[in-house]
Amino acid sequence: MTIEEIQEEIVDEFAMFEDWMQRYEYMIELGKSLPLIEEQYKTGDNIIKGCQSKVWVHAELEDDKLIFTADSDAIITKGIIAILIRAFSNQKPQDIIDANTDFIDDIGLKEHLSPTRANGLVSMIKQLKLYAVAYQTQLN
Amino acid sequence: MIVSTLNIQAIRKDFPILQRTVNGKPLVYLDNAATSQTPRQVIDAIVDYYQNYNANIHRGVHSLSQEATDRYEQARVKIQSHFGAAKAHEIIFTSGTTHSINLVANGFTSILKAGDEIMVSAMEHHSNIVPWQMLCERTGAVLKVIPMNLEGELLMSDYHQMLSDKTKLVFCNHVSNALGTINPIREMIAAAHKFGAAVLIDGAQAAPHLKADMQALDVDFYTVSAHKMCGPTGVGALYGKEHWLKQLPPYQGGGEMIEEVTFERTTYAGLPHKFEAGTPNICGGIAFGAAIDYINSIGLEAISHYEHELLAYATEQLLAVEGLKIYGTARNKTSVISFNIAGIHPYDIGTILDKLGIAVRTGHHCAQPVMDFFKIPGTVRASFSFYNTREEVDVLVMGVRKAKQMLT
Repeated sequence: MTIEEIQEEIVDEFAMFEDWMQRYEYMIELGKSLPLIEEQYKTGDNIIKGCQSKVWVHAELEDDKLIFTADSDAIITKGIIAILIRAFSNQKPQDIIDANTDFIDDIGLKEHLSPTRANGLVSMIKQLKLYAVAYQTQLN
Repeated sequence: MIVSTLNIQAIRKDFPILQRTVNGKPLVYLDNAATSQTPRQVIDAIVDYYQNYNANIHRGVHSLSQEATDRYEQARVKIQSHFGAAKAHEIIFTSGTTHSINLVANGFTSILKAGDEIMVSAMEHHSNIVPWQMLCERTGAVLKVIPMNLEGELLMSDYHQMLSDKTKLVFCNHVSNALGTINPIREMIAAAHKFGAAVLIDGAQAAPHLKADMQALDVDFYTVSAHKMCGPTGVGALYGKEHWLKQLPPYQGGGEMIEEVTFERTTYAGLPHKFEAGTPNICGGIAFGAAIDYINSIGLEAISHYEHELLAYATEQLLAVEGLKIYGTARNKTSVISFNIAGIHPYDIGTILDKLGIAVRTGHHCAQPVMDFFKIPGTVRASFSFYNTREEVDVLVMGVRKAKQMLT
């Protein structure tokens, strides 16, 4: 599936919920099921500096696709990461670079995308794209 | 009983913001230790200034400038009288507590020498740690930390033992922003003075809740921020004993702070203008005065009595939530409750509470050493003001229970 198709799928899933509470409960569930980053990669180098919760991201190239694993010490942040990883992991670096992130808005999580919000989400998206740029350069 | 004199519903009507909703829910504002809300009386003073007598002060020959100068200086006198300072020129207008502390720390650069000791408490806000660390780097003085116990109370016997002839300065908050502890500053000041050390007390968290009298405390420096006590942001005051303020060099150069300027030499203006370079926050200073009038119209004694009851009720209700732990359980504290629920990150709780219209602070509260001491990444902090109600405490507790259910 392309990034866009996955994003549409996620938007459809969230459309089933009637209120924020159900959306958050679903997100928390997603957070709990997130494939965790291996302990050896939970290092200072892989930490994304959000103000309040810690977020670790690791990237690896498998064939021509980029695989992301991640973790956070806050479960809601982890849920958002799970959504991002579902959309962006196992994709070609160039596709990750080109992808937009408007779907976060469409699933009612817009408030988490504010650059001034101290959850590191914006930095996290930036970091995923930076990894993609770095690996794309390598592939070239 | 004092409480019965406070009509909370009438008081709430003074605060327009308390009528609004957040995320579709009535706002429950419990982040008062970060900033307090602003009553209509203070907002009116701000509007009145800009509509009727906005002018630069201390220099104009025209009537508006004179009017603005008079009102600004009247505000200084209000602050002097509220805090029991001996003289109006011992009150320096600053942009807030951080500015005040930096002004003093900078001034001591020329006074301290290598090997001198300065002491801070273990429960300081970053703004009362970093300027002193910078001062130590400049002078070679040594920073010592007054330890605390698990309740969040300073170990006074350790403090007394740490004091010596080498001690030149002691810094401590009157009330801890992260824990709510009211520190025994009168005892600390008296002990430091026996060794000739000067004492700066950060009163930002105390001023909205307690009466602090500069002369009775015999404190050398005391700092407050208007926005924590119903005033506007960006303005505060530094109290300093006259002899100290005369001794400290100016902090910033510019207009207003000079007596005479030639390219060879400048002589500085007297107090308080020596420390007030440039056009000050005129409107802010005047509105700060209006905030003090507002607080005094209710009465600090009645406020602290009511807040104490609210604190006791909230503590009891929150502790009934299984797995909830409160950090900062000093016998003597203000209406601040820092807490965590076992296994849940404070950020998650804060996020759910926000969706329910409840404003709390989460994180390390700019007091990382305090969080390190308790070995936690941060806490959820609910801080209550005199315009909060028992019903709002109930909403908070319900919200916390809901968050706990969703997050575990």
